[in-house]
Amino acid sequence: MEPMQDLDPIRAKYLAEVADAADEAAIEAVRVAALGKKGEVSLMMRELGRMEPEARKAAGPALNALKDEIESAVRARRAALADAALAERLRAEWLDVTLDPRPARAGTIHPVSQVTEEVVAIFAALGFAVAEGPQIETDWHNFDALNIPPEHPARQEMDTFYMARAAGDERAPHVLRTHTSPVQIRHMTAHGVPCRAIAPGRVYRCDYDQTHTPMFHQVEGLCIDRAISMANLKWVLEEFCRSFFEVEGVELRFRASHFPFTEPSAEVDIRCSWAGGQLRIGEGDDWLEILGSGMVHPKVLAAAGVDPDLWQGFAFGMGIDRIAMLKYGIPDLRAFFDSDLRWLRHYGFAALDMPTLHGGLSR
Amino acid sequence: MKFTLSWLREHLETDATLTEITDALTDLGLEVEGVEDPAEKLGAFTICRVIEAKPHPDADRLRLCRVEAWPDGPGKPSQVVQVVCGAPNARTGLVGVFAAPGTHIPGTGVDLKPGVIRGVESNGMLCSERELMVSDDHEGIIDLPADAPLGARYIDYAKLNDPVIQIAVTPNRPDALGVAGIARDLAARGLGRLVTPETAPVKGAFSSPIGVRLMDDVKDHACPLFVGRYIRGVRNGPSPDWLQRRLRAIGLRPISALVDITNFLTFDRARPLHVFDADKVTGDIHVRLSRVGETLEALDDKTYEFDDQMTLICDDAGPEGIGGVMGGLASGVTPETVNVFVEAAYFDPVRTAATGRKLKINSDARYRFERGIDPAFTPEGMEIATRLILDLCGGEASEPVVAGRVPDTARAYALDPARVISLVGMEIPRAEQVRILTALGFSATGLGEKLEVWVPSWRPDVQGEADLVEEIARIASLTRLPAKPLPPASEGVPAPQLSPMQRRVSAARRVLAAEGLNECVTYSFVPGAQAALFGGGDVARRLENPISADLSDMRPDLLPGLLAAAARNQARGAGEIGLFEVGPVFSGGEPGEQETVAAALRVGATSPRHWVGTRRAVDLMDAKADALAVLAAAGVDTSKLMVAREAPGWFHPGRSAALKLGPKNVLAVFGELHPKVLEALDVKGPAVAAVVHLEAAPFPKKKGTTRPALVVSDFQAVERDFAFVVDARIEAEAILKAARGAEKKLIERIAVFDVFEGRRAAEQLGEGRKSVAISVRLQPTAGTLTEAEIEAVSARVVEAVGKATGASLRS
Repeated sequence: MEPMQDLDPIRAKYLAEVADAADEAAIEAVRVAALGKKGEVSLMMRELGRMEPEARKAAGPALNALKDEIESAVRARRAALADAALAERLRAEWLDVTLDPRPARAGTIHPVSQVTEEVVAIFAALGFAVAEGPQIETDWHNFDALNIPPEHPARQEMDTFYMARAAGDERAPHVLRTHTSPVQIRHMTAHGVPCRAIAPGRVYRCDYDQTHTPMFHQVEGLCIDRAISMANLKWVLEEFCRSFFEVEGVELRFRASHFPFTEPSAEVDIRCSWAGGQLRIGEGDDWLEILGSGMVHPKVLAAAGVDPDLWQGFAFGMGIDRIAMLKYGIPDLRAFFDSDLRWLRHYGFAALDMPTLHGGLSR
Repeated sequence: MKFTLSWLREHLETDATLTEITDALTDLGLEVEGVEDPAEKLGAFTICRVIEAKPHPDADRLRLCRVEAWPDGPGKPSQVVQVVCGAPNARTGLVGVFAAPGTHIPGTGVDLKPGVIRGVESNGMLCSERELMVSDDHEGIIDLPADAPLGARYIDYAKLNDPVIQIAVTPNRPDALGVAGIARDLAARGLGRLVTPETAPVKGAFSSPIGVRLMDDVKDHACPLFVGRYIRGVRNGPSPDWLQRRLRAIGLRPISALVDITNFLTFDRARPLHVFDADKVTGDIHVRLSRVGETLEALDDKTYEFDDQMTLICDDAGPEGIGGVMGGLASGVTPETVNVFVEAAYFDPVRTAATGRKLKINSDARYRFERGIDPAFTPEGMEIATRLILDLCGGEASEPVVAGRVPDTARAYALDPARVISLVGMEIPRAEQVRILTALGFSATGLGEKLEVWVPSWRPDVQGEADLVEEIARIASLTRLPAKPLPPASEGVPAPQLSPMQRRVSAARRVLAAEGLNECVTYSFVPGAQAALFGGGDVARRLENPISADLSDMRPDLLPGLLAAAARNQARGAGEIGLFEVGPVFSGGEPGEQETVAAALRVGATSPRHWVGTRRAVDLMDAKADALAVLAAAGVDTSKLMVAREAPGWFHPGRSAALKLGPKNVLAVFGELHPKVLEALDVKGPAVAAVVHLEAAPFPKKKGTTRPALVVSDFQAVERDFAFVVDARIEAEAILKAARGAEKKLIERIAVFDVFEGRRAAEQLGEGRKSVAISVRLQPTAGTLTEAEIEAVSARVVEAVGKATGASLRS
């Protein structure tokens, strides 16, 4: 057996070939030539067995080191080639990042719905349930039970819509409820007292001009217990307005008024400013009427089966559309019901903007 | 109701300022709607003297005046200013009205500035009446008598300084429709002393030649009292300045002394009266109910025809007046009138209101009678009228003629002073309560713990204890009422308040908005023809008095409103429309025949044109997705829903369906809208809609908050695809159902992933055929599936689908 030949030229040859390999095929060819089954280095390693032990002791590690060195060079070269290829590919891959993404349509919630939920959130925190009632009402619920007898001037002033009656049907015609107040009667009749409830919903009056539409929205409030007073009513409304309008120092003015179904009655104004044509709540020298209220009339309690000698409490009625207009600066009531997409998108609210007291009513 | 400050002061002796008075009125429930204060306009104009007027050196028609003015008021030092004036009557010694530079001139709308006119300085202005807007006179400058107080404000001198106050009077306060009643409220509030003069009766000199009878049909209710008086030898000229000024100030046109007197008393004492020309009255006067077909030409020159329910004042010739509403033209007074008959009567409020409404007459008299005038004041009202007529028109009065008697309105209620405090929430001592009631004309006397309160005749609205509480509260002032916290409904964290249905309604809204739709709120009434298109339009749901023909029927469905909204938006150029509404629809005309529904409508394209090319026409599946999204948000297990081709007729018959839970419970319908419906509502398609009956879905029983444990298998799941060739009218659900039934344990998920249909499918698969490809995912739980097991399941699926639908595997 020949002694171990000098490995340095072999090493130099293959390392040079690895370094020169320009692609995957070339590098594989170098690997096979050196380390493949019949590769030069593999063949040399096969010769080791026939060597003298002394010679093998020296040649074995040297050959192994050469094999490792070539393998490592191949790996490194492969990685470098892959990196270069990726870099080349990425250089070619270019997109216009300024283009619009695929459209996702953003829907909207109507201001009436949003504001109703705001009102509900506030009153729920004060323990008020949400009551409901029919919009086609008996004239008894809409009028008589609320201490508005047939000859009462308020019946004429309410601009009531009446339902048609078929020929031969002599019953008093039903009405479209002119206010949410009949829900007071229905709620007390169904649930008894004590009670706390608000009743938001559609109401109807035969009126159409700049500031009136034949349908609009009210929220009724009702609180009956043993010792509820008008002073409690004032507190509740002050708390409501402070929370709803999200303005500290909202100032309310209670002034005596008259409603058949409350006694004493008060209309409530909110301090505001119209400076520069812009409405600002809580400042200025103007007063804007926002609701009617009072202590529930004993006859109304009696009509709902509640003993007025034992129970007393307050009620109020407020225009939802009106407070929506005030809070969000919406100029025209009629546009609420026109469904103009431009209006809906401009004044509407995002689906995920749920009004809460802990997170804030509005963004 | 309008009145002037000086008028109020005839009844109220007070030092209060205008602002104090108007603030108090509003607080008392007599809401001030407006105040016109002439001092704001005319307060700066003062009386001056022209020391010397000489011709302007450079202008023939101008005069150079040296004017003595008193900028700090009369008696203070005066100053002399030079004024150039063009008025022909500007002369030395003239006493006129001066405006200093800086004054706003109402008649010209300009703020006066010092100027140079034709080279001469002018530092003020001598004013005409038109420049002050007190008349149209612009012939010359105001020329006052020589004894006019120099330096005084012109409005004070001319008695123009009388603010006009307008208040809104609630229907329960007929007493506040007269200045005297308003003064009573203010006096009770402590703003002064009530000084309304009492009127002594006029002694009659002869007995009235005209008698009065109340007929049986009116004497009990319609007209229980009629007081009259004959006055002979009057002269009906213009009324005096003070009276004309008052009437003008509140917007009434002075006519003649006799007419002005009745108008004055209407507003001064809320006491409407009528004056007949006695020479035009035939025989005696009687009051009776009208007869059908009778007519009268009234003072407004219009002829009215009556039914049999109206109160008429008649003479032997027929009707001469409509009781409580308006007098007749024929027997009315004229400038030539010399003998008059004065009428003061009490007419029933309800009948007066009905009469006025039916005849469509809105008069100051009706306004008061229908709210209820003071019946006890009727005789005194007639005496005041007599006194005024004698004072202003001369003449001689007869003895009064009285028919009927003053209706008895006396009544008393027990009032518990402690209850007042409890209801109002303000400490109003018993003595103060008594003081307030007494000041308002009630009489309150102790009755043990309670008070016995008698109601004055001018307060027909007070009908019980609650009304007395209101009187005390409003006089005590609700502005001063302190707010007191409402005791919490429960201790600690507030309980949730919404019902499951209310949460569902809110969720439906939010999910549809999240799906990209815009919420609308449309009217609950729709045109009759549209209601009929959607299953409504019957009498029960029709309005008797719609505001317009377009808003005549309660909507049977939300779609007409949404479609009309879509049409309006299309007209404005919108191409991608997605609208929804959650609200009531009406199944009948009885209370409760109402249901809360959510409806979604998509019209046109899904999105605007876009470079990716995602725009496409809306289709049936968009509507189905909307329906399912709402139902899922409502808590419905949508996997349990059945799809039935049972949508109502306003949908496309082949492209619509109902989603049902059980054979009768329709939870939703969806589909393309019928082309005829789109045409009728002027909507350009395609248009698809979903209508979800939110109340129809059952509410899941709440079984606590714990979820069932999650069960997952660690064994390898296997997915197998099958392409079936079937008849083109076979529904995918039939294939899926059969496949599901073939292997109930292993199949975890099954879905259609390809449908090949249409012309090319027919060419490849045969006429009337299509291919439906499904993927079936098998999830073993006991061990990994062997190939043989998988093959066995596959074979069962193919066999079951084939048996159920005639399908064969696509080769």
